[in-house]
Amino acid sequence: MTELQAGQGAQPLKVPRIDARPQRYRDVLIALAAFVLLALLPMVFGSKQLLDFVIRCAAYGLFATSLNLLVGYTGLISFGHGMFFGLGAYGFGLMMQKTGVPIPVAFVATLAMTFVVAVVIGAICVRLKEIYFAFVTLAFQMLVHSTILSWQSLTGGDQGLRGGIPRPPFLGIDLSNHLHLYITSCALLVIGLFLMRQIAQSPFGYTLRMIRDNATRASFIGIDVWRAKLTIFVLAALFAAAGGIIMALFVSGAYPEFAYWTISGEGIFINMLGGVTTFLGPMVGTVLLLILNDTVTRLTEYHGIVLGIVILFFAIGLRKGLMDFVVEWYGHRRGEGRG
Amino acid sequence: MLEIRALSKSFGGVKATDNVSLDFADGSLTAVIGPNGAGKSTFFNLITGALRPDAGQILLNGVDMAGKTPPEIVRHGIGRAFQVASIFPSLTVEETMLAAVCADQRRAGVMHRRFPLAETRDRAEHAMELLGLASKRNRTAATLSHGDQKLLDIALALVLDPKVLLLDEPTAGMGTEERWRMIDKVRELWEKQKITVVFIEHDMDIVFKIAPEIVVLCYGRILATGTPDAIRRNEAVIEAYLGSDDHAGVV
Repeated sequence: MTELQAGQGAQPLKVPRIDARPQRYRDVLIALAAFVLLALLPMVFGSKQLLDFVIRCAAYGLFATSLNLLVGYTGLISFGHGMFFGLGAYGFGLMMQKTGVPIPVAFVATLAMTFVVAVVIGAICVRLKEIYFAFVTLAFQMLVHSTILSWQSLTGGDQGLRGGIPRPPFLGIDLSNHLHLYITSCALLVIGLFLMRQIAQSPFGYTLRMIRDNATRASFIGIDVWRAKLTIFVLAALFAAAGGIIMALFVSGAYPEFAYWTISGEGIFINMLGGVTTFLGPMVGTVLLLILNDTVTRLTEYHGIVLGIVILFFAIGLRKGLMDFVVEWYGHRRGEGRG
Repeated sequence: MLEIRALSKSFGGVKATDNVSLDFADGSLTAVIGPNGAGKSTFFNLITGALRPDAGQILLNGVDMAGKTPPEIVRHGIGRAFQVASIFPSLTVEETMLAAVCADQRRAGVMHRRFPLAETRDRAEHAMELLGLASKRNRTAATLSHGDQKLLDIALALVLDPKVLLLDEPTAGMGTEERWRMIDKVRELWEKQKITVVFIEHDMDIVFKIAPEIVVLCYGRILATGTPDAIRRNEAVIEAYLGSDDHAGVV
């Protein structure tokens, strides 16, 4: 028996024990409730536009939340996360067009392909420090984008994957049916968010927080920092790819813009809007950005200026994302001392 | 038993650690002193793997640590605290301890369960009690006082249950009274935990009062080793270090 353990037998522990298990049950309940609510939505509001909006939120929400696992939880500012969104969309679209395998098989195969690519790119990138990491991920994003543009015979170049993606029914689910596609997207979103929440609240999630706060110290308590960073880089890539797959299903195609650096930029933008200190911040940011995008582009052709002003307001005015602000304000009201 | 054999490290042409050989017996308490730039911190960085030695061996119970990475060395049982408290600012004291025990139990990569794990509680609790941090368990590390941050840094090393604990200036940046409280704590930990403790300290009063063994480094070399009395009488030490104006009063 070791010294520290030897000492513990003597003293009764009068600590209020927080059990971790109820938290998970709570998350399961919230996930189920969220899914039921989303699934009931079409019965209340039949508007196709609203359902389209939710599907897009699912695609971008998975992408942005996975980016927050890197940015907010691990302190890895990736400017190239969008490449996995694009890879997901293209990988899935191509597989459906060229091979005709069932959708679940293509889904899993696309994630497997993303896994391999992310391991290779991650192994190169996560050794790099802050700004170098950001720029090398951006460089890989550009590489993926230009590959898609120049490999015309496979990807259709700047035209994208045309002719639609075949969506054969499976297990009674027909994704060419708008309602089925909507429900499936919601299910993927809720499952994806639940899994990411689980990762964030696991011991591994706390390992990531330690690396973000002080990677040197983390290595001096025995954590293999490189391995942990690579693991989360790959996991985040998988969730981003799932977002890309939803997008490919939604538009029934894939376009080079899905793999362009602006997607990564939007991911960062969403995280700044929603905030990176809460798990659902990026999800809130996604809804905000899509609403902003849809309304502003309808009102003016200078939507870039409006979005720029909004982001300046959040970055310089609030100095945090919306959810960070809400949580802080709520915390002050309850008089909590946690800084 | 920690044995250092002919350890050397140069930066450019400067020999920061020059052929240092030392033995630290199990359960010993040793102070490392020496003027600024004597190579004290380099010595610690070499032992803990932050720097790779140019030559020499670092034997912990016969296993050579030279060339291993910091996580590997920590897992072999050499823990360290830093000159500037090295902590996780956004985690609470309790979370810090629980996460550190997780890492020590090789559970830092566990994803299918929720944090904190029940089996990490007792050790985390014990470490907090030992360092007097239990009442501040819910404070985030960033909001702690400087002294408490230093204690948390030491707790982080101690909670891993090390065989050897290296403390790089545990009293750095503290006022006189706080220094004595900290050094009493260090001595108390050493007595309670029966581990090998090596610490760097500038304050001669403290060193001579609490350390049974003293190592004097100067320009990367060992100038002298011995008990406080022997060090106090050592001509070379008086010449090189204690003789300087700052410490004239001590001799």
